[in-house]
Amino acid sequence: MHELSIAMSIVEMAQEEAESRGQVQVQAIHLRLGKLSGVVKEALLSSYEIACHATPLEGSQLLIEEIPVEVFCPKCKIPRLVTSIQWFCCPECGTATPTVLRGKELEVVALEIKALETVE
Amino acid sequence: MSAEPRLVEVRKNVLKQNDVIARALRERFRQAGVLAVSFVSSPGSGKTAFLEKTLTLLHPRYRVAALVGDLATENDSARLARSQAPVKQIITGTVCHLEAAMVQNALDGWVLNHLDFLFIENVGNLVCPSSYDLGEDLRFVLLSVTEGEDKPLKYPTIFNSADVAVITKSDLAAAVEFDEAAANRNIQAVRPGMEVFKLSAKTGEGMTEYLEFLEHRRVRSGAAASA
Repeated sequence: MHELSIAMSIVEMAQEEAESRGQVQVQAIHLRLGKLSGVVKEALLSSYEIACHATPLEGSQLLIEEIPVEVFCPKCKIPRLVTSIQWFCCPECGTATPTVLRGKELEVVALEIKALETVE
Repeated sequence: MSAEPRLVEVRKNVLKQNDVIARALRERFRQAGVLAVSFVSSPGSGKTAFLEKTLTLLHPRYRVAALVGDLATENDSARLARSQAPVKQIITGTVCHLEAAMVQNALDGWVLNHLDFLFIENVGNLVCPSSYDLGEDLRFVLLSVTEGEDKPLKYPTIFNSADVAVITKSDLAAAVEFDEAAANRNIQAVRPGMEVFKLSAKTGEGMTEYLEFLEHRRVRSGAAASA
């Protein structure tokens, strides 16, 4: 269970990014998560809530876009999406391929931020 | 003052810090002419026995050392010290995997130029270690005959992240009716083209082929030439 430490890194990264943009509050984090990243979406979502607790990000949302595994088929000579991560084969011609093009992502792509209300 | 939410692009790898350290380690290993090899497996698949045998057989001819990750005890390093190779334990506490920074810290005080092979034994876990690059040249995933042939299908991510698979405890294969063909099929399904060794650290069966592979890879990686 390493999702909690990953969630803490995400919170920390978002907080640093927000601070570099002045008085803003992070409302949501957009994350790209590959099926081969070794991180489980559900575990990451519950860890995120824990990681946000008592930080300026408390109440913010983690929006996860899951990235399927794409391989390069040496026979068809084009990228293909595998149907299962238990079977690294071209879904069309069945050729086995170890060449992974996409699916290992664990990346913060964007933040939804809002300027903090300034007190007069 | 506008308080409308807005979207700002970031595009940052969450494990960037680990990856940066791992890349620096890989470069250090290359410059020092040491081949770094890591072992991952579930608990009890025979990593330590396999490592002990590896160190013992390589030690007379090569300069070898090992880092071993464990949650709590130092039993492994005490056991491995019998091989007479330098061994350092990394106690991870509650952390279920090794990270590049732990390897970097553990290497403090060691002169890499004085080594030919560095072995890194990860914490027994087939899930978490898959996300963390340790800077190793080769990652071996171990699967013992007593665990069942479907381990690669249950943990495809770690098998996919590894370079070589090792089937351990081959001396017990007949007793547990291990289906080698099925195990190979499952390994190839999650990592086509993966090299597989079947061996026993206890009887020594299959160790020669595996050691030749390591020596060959060391030469091929250029480690030997720059040492």
